[in-house]
Amino acid sequence: MPYVAPLWPAGHLPRKGGDQLVAHLDARHLRQCHGNRLVAHVDARDLPPRGGDGRQARGGRAKELRLQFLRWLFAILLALTTLPASAQSLENLASLLPEGNFSDRAQTVAAIAATGDPRAVPLLEALAAGDLNVVESTGQIVTLSGRGDPLEATDAITGDSIGEIAKASVERIRVNNSLRRAVRTAIGQLTLMSPDANTRMTAARAMFQAGDPVNVELLDEAIAEEQNPAVLQVMREARAVAILRADAEPADFAEAVDTIAARGDRQALGILQAALSSADADVTPTIEQGIADIQSRLALLDVGQNVWYGVSLGAVLLLAAIGLAITFGVMGVINMAHGEMVMLGAYTTFLVQNFIRASFPDLFDWSLAFALPAAFLVTGLIGVAIERGVIRFLYGRPLETLLATWGLSLIIQQSVRTIFGASNREVGNPGWMSGSFDFYGIAITWNRFFIVIFALIVFAALLLVLKRTALGLQMRAVTQNRRMASSMGIRTPWVDAMTFGLGSGIAGLAGVALSQIDNVSPNLGQGYIIDSFMVVVFGGVGNLWGTLVGALTLGVLNKFLEPYAGAVLAKILLLVFIILFIQKRPRGLFAQKGRAVEA
Amino acid sequence: MITQFFYRALGAKLYWVVGLLLLAAILVPASNLLLPVGHPLRVPNYMVALMGKYLTYAMLAMALDLVWGYVGILSLGHGAFFALGGYAMGMYLMRQIGSRGVYGNAELPDFMVFLNWSELPWYWWGSDNFWFAILMVMVVPGLLAFVFGWFAFRSRVTGVYLSIITQAVTYALMLAFFRNDMGFGGNNGLTDFREIVGYSIQAPGTRAALFAATAVALALSFVICSAITRSKLGKIMVAVRDAESRTRFIGYRPEYVKLFAFVVSAIIAGIAGALYVPQVGIINPGEFAPANSIEIVVWAAVGGRGTLVGPIIGAILVNYAKTWFTAAYPDLWLFALGGLFVAVTLFLPKGIVGTIGGYLSDRREAKAARATEAPPPDLPVIRPEKPPVRRTPHAASPQPAE
Repeated sequence: MPYVAPLWPAGHLPRKGGDQLVAHLDARHLRQCHGNRLVAHVDARDLPPRGGDGRQARGGRAKELRLQFLRWLFAILLALTTLPASAQSLENLASLLPEGNFSDRAQTVAAIAATGDPRAVPLLEALAAGDLNVVESTGQIVTLSGRGDPLEATDAITGDSIGEIAKASVERIRVNNSLRRAVRTAIGQLTLMSPDANTRMTAARAMFQAGDPVNVELLDEAIAEEQNPAVLQVMREARAVAILRADAEPADFAEAVDTIAARGDRQALGILQAALSSADADVTPTIEQGIADIQSRLALLDVGQNVWYGVSLGAVLLLAAIGLAITFGVMGVINMAHGEMVMLGAYTTFLVQNFIRASFPDLFDWSLAFALPAAFLVTGLIGVAIERGVIRFLYGRPLETLLATWGLSLIIQQSVRTIFGASNREVGNPGWMSGSFDFYGIAITWNRFFIVIFALIVFAALLLVLKRTALGLQMRAVTQNRRMASSMGIRTPWVDAMTFGLGSGIAGLAGVALSQIDNVSPNLGQGYIIDSFMVVVFGGVGNLWGTLVGALTLGVLNKFLEPYAGAVLAKILLLVFIILFIQKRPRGLFAQKGRAVEA
Repeated sequence: MITQFFYRALGAKLYWVVGLLLLAAILVPASNLLLPVGHPLRVPNYMVALMGKYLTYAMLAMALDLVWGYVGILSLGHGAFFALGGYAMGMYLMRQIGSRGVYGNAELPDFMVFLNWSELPWYWWGSDNFWFAILMVMVVPGLLAFVFGWFAFRSRVTGVYLSIITQAVTYALMLAFFRNDMGFGGNNGLTDFREIVGYSIQAPGTRAALFAATAVALALSFVICSAITRSKLGKIMVAVRDAESRTRFIGYRPEYVKLFAFVVSAIIAGIAGALYVPQVGIINPGEFAPANSIEIVVWAAVGGRGTLVGPIIGAILVNYAKTWFTAAYPDLWLFALGGLFVAVTLFLPKGIVGTIGGYLSDRREAKAARATEAPPPDLPVIRPEKPPVRRTPHAASPQPAE
């Protein structure tokens, strides 16, 4: 790994191209590079300039080449003069610290900063704090912490614990104010002025956390040079925190409060509240205003987060309930084995993933794409088999159908338990479904996000099937008036079988989605079945929009009740709500219109 | 008038059932207590408790049949009434433990001490009185059934909708009782009982007495249910089951008929639960599980709904099978139960008793027909055609609510 930093004055490190130069490299640096942030640091500079980082050298290609040549030349010259001494390594520089007077030390500190070594930062911080000592016998630089004698010592560079050392055997490396200033500047150069945006960001964040008033000047300098807007923002916020804690001019103070308030998260709230307790009377209203702003923003954010949780729960309910809704709507049949279809879909995903993992490991990220049709086919065919084998003998007896399908659900569950065992099965998340992203302060996990999208796609597809295909037309006809549809030549038994197959197939699709967020066990379906029923009962049958609205309403209501009532009580309240709701509308939100006394 | 009522109520079949139950109430305890251990005719101790449990299940199935078989309400939440009755009894039994609990607190049950509660919640008031517990065993399930039924039947929630909602009720209750804050022992429920009205609950004498009490209670509720179903009200109940709208148009109020049956059924289920708890020794929220309630339905279905004897036989048979399966082939039990659900609905929609009864009455009719018309023996007997069971058009005019 090319590593050139020591050769260049701090803040003017070589840019793209110059990094290829191996000017100063020893085995120790190599070791430290691996598995260290520094690797990324150098790599980042190897990349072509991006829009965000304005520190990249500008100018024409020819100028660039010329510069590059000059750098090469300069670097080689420097390397020739300095390499033999090898004096520029952090260890060597650190060993120079105890020697000379304060101004010598200040120069050493500048040299240390110039190494760009990340280990220099804690070393310099310890120096500024006066914790740095030199062991007189060996010349080793150690950090002593705590009080008393002997003291706990750590190697100042590697951070390894050395054990206890008697005070008499070490000598403190003394610092004065000018040296402290030099150290701060050095740290700032190491971090805030680093060419790598990530390092600068980390440094700015650290300063934001520390909020030390002494950093203000350093931040001002960095802000003047900074061109990456994201880093700049954090630097401004860090500066604002520092100002809040210093005795600043009222105008500066108000500006700082605004900057913090604009950040608008819980941390900002804490900072302002802390500032409020120690602030003068004349700035109190400004801070209070800022706090109020943040609080209202946080409240809004909470609402947004809850809505998202609710929508994501609603999407899961929608997936689980939508198949149930169409079979219930068309056939008047409650399929108690619906949850087991979901479970079978999840197990199909498990099998497909296993197969792909064993045979085509490269395709693993696409495993869900293969699992979807497989699950649809498996559960759809089982659904048709159930309809042909059992349910068609029970038409006109909905309650007995309910019992028979419950019996089937027990059999399916026990079969799966016998084949796959009672324990959870591991279904992997493809790479694109793990992790999360931030949406205006609302954390959204990718898998939930994709499930919401998927639920909406399934919903739209089903809507399309119902409105635009012959099967859909026939299904709607049978839903509205079975006997009339039959008179018109629709083969109602065939429509029934297809409907049941479709409903079960969609349950299978739901199973693929649920395998990503839930445990795949034989009991998977049971957890959703009652909720799905509630969605169907609430939304009403014969209309998919009812299911959509029902699922989302119940999901969002549930998540809004949860913070106040707890998860269990929220569910109970919801059930009570539904029971009361169907008093008002016994056929659900979107009831089918009709003139029959008994639908 | 009461004599007349009972005379009407007590048909020939009823004498048999009540007689058998009372005989069991005497014989089983007698054989258990009086015969020496090892005697071939002695009913072992565990068997007494097991049979007592079966009889409470039988009572529960009969209660369900009163609403399902006669009024057409398929309740998937009857386990809730059973469990509530059980909890009311369990609370009394908890209080009877007194200072013999693990923490030795005379006032509070162990789990409350464990949760750092300082005093009994208000709803435990009176739970140390046996008579109050008995009252609560009937009042709590009855009240829940009344409130729920009042809302559900008045807004004409019927059929599958009602079934699903009853299931939701028992599910909600299960979730609620799982909470520690409810003050009913949370997950563990109520257990570790010591004595009931002053007698040790483990003693063979108490167990025998509990068995006898269960048998008598079953006989009594059988008499009451028979009386109801044979009365004029019973006829309206059947009318509501078969054609609710027509009954309403004639001028009856089906919702009140349903409500009455539902409440009576819930009370019987509650009593069954109260008898179940001391014999089994524990009541926990698992009893509220929707799966339990659906299992009750299959007991009634196997025996034959719409007959009061059927559910008793069905409950005993299915539970005997369950005991045997879970001991011999634990993995196969759910297959058997699931298969039972499918087989009964497909092939035995009237249940065992209904099918046999139908066969017998057919024979009787045929005999009567032969006696009156004396047709030549080789000619087929003409019977009124039964409505086809298979493929009834879906929205056929007045659709039986099943």
